[in-house]
Amino acid sequence: MSDSLAGRLPASPRGAAPARGQQGSSANLADILERVLDKGIVIAGDIQINLLDIELLTIKLRLLVASVDKAKEMGIDWWEHDPSLSSRARPAARERETEAGTVSGAGIGPPPGAGAGAGNEALAEENERLRAELARLRSAAALPGATEAEAPADPSGQEEER
Amino acid sequence: MSTGPNTPAGAPDAGGAGEMSYVYAVGREGPALDGLATRLPGLDGRPLRPVVGGGLCALVSSVSADAFSEQGLTAQMEDLDRLEAVARAHHAVVDAAFAETAVLPMRLATVYLDDFRVAAMLARQRSDFQELLGRLEGHVELGVKVYADPREAAAAAPAGPSAVTPSGAGAGRAYLRRRQAQQRDSQDVYQAASDLAARAAGLAEGVASSRAVHRPQQGQLAARAGVNVTNEAYLVPREDAAGLHRELAALADGAPGVSIEVTGPWAPYSFATAMVAEGVDGGGPR
Repeated sequence: MSDSLAGRLPASPRGAAPARGQQGSSANLADILERVLDKGIVIAGDIQINLLDIELLTIKLRLLVASVDKAKEMGIDWWEHDPSLSSRARPAARERETEAGTVSGAGIGPPPGAGAGAGNEALAEENERLRAELARLRSAAALPGATEAEAPADPSGQEEER
Repeated sequence: MSTGPNTPAGAPDAGGAGEMSYVYAVGREGPALDGLATRLPGLDGRPLRPVVGGGLCALVSSVSADAFSEQGLTAQMEDLDRLEAVARAHHAVVDAAFAETAVLPMRLATVYLDDFRVAAMLARQRSDFQELLGRLEGHVELGVKVYADPREAAAAAPAGPSAVTPSGAGAGRAYLRRRQAQQRDSQDVYQAASDLAARAAGLAEGVASSRAVHRPQQGQLAARAGVNVTNEAYLVPREDAAGLHRELAALADGAPGVSIEVTGPWAPYSFATAMVAEGVDGGGPR
């Protein structure tokens, strides 16, 4: 086993560090929570509460009361993208999700009606590009269905292809 | 010596009605953790006990099943005073154990139905835990936070002629000028803070074997004045920790409105997660 830490470190390095063993009582609560809540090894206990609720709690505790504008000046704006913290983030996150889902599924089905927003144009473009690509590949491989791939506007057409 | 999977002796209340086993930390089986368990109280002053399995030893104490059921825990965690008590008790055990020997800190509120389940978990995760212990052994975690405080910088700066509020015609323009100057000052402070953060990172990276980036601390729990610009943790060899601590703490000397806070040495909380995530089967349903 290793030596005692207390033996290796000066008890109080010029007042800069809290003396060993005082951490438990004197350390900043925010620092302790930061570590014990969502750091530390994760082994699912029998009660799995720690995996979800504590996550939420951590976020709650970090809820910004002040300094939001100042931090924003620095480009620290993670809460804007965190759905648990910002109501604005929620639609954006969903949009991203739908977008991702649609792009990866392009040519397999129609884009979902939801997800209206700025991302849609780019999305349509991306879809178009992927369809063209698909058509090109199909015709190159002389597969049937190349023409249908041009306009897979409905899922039924899709099923024929498969 | 200590209790084994089949003999949770010295743990009369483990698995009993209404009790569960709360796990603080896991280390290698041996006298260090056994001895500690007899000296140190756990949550709510309940006695600690070592539970061994697979050559590993977990520090465990009993908690009431009601308080640590899903509902009980939610209620406890929403009460900041209670949460603080639990977190500090948890950390006190981890910290004391870490002073004795290499241990892996557990996440807050890791509870098992009884000691048998803890021992089984240890046996199951044996190889991952041993590997992680080996990697983290001899290392400590240092926390490094850089703050910017434009107000402090403004207070420290000499008040120029613009600080005198003229009345009459020029007042509005003077106000705007003053606001602009304030904005510029605060930009300068943030710039200085980023520079400081970069210097700190450079210094620490020469020594540290690993780095973890935490979110900047905000809100009511962030006790310090100013804006937390960066919040990082470094895994450093134990023998280098005190020296690096001093060097980092000295970095901000003389810069108004910019400060650095170095915390630790901590048990390697921030590095136990990242490393196990690769090894263990997904590290749990995260």
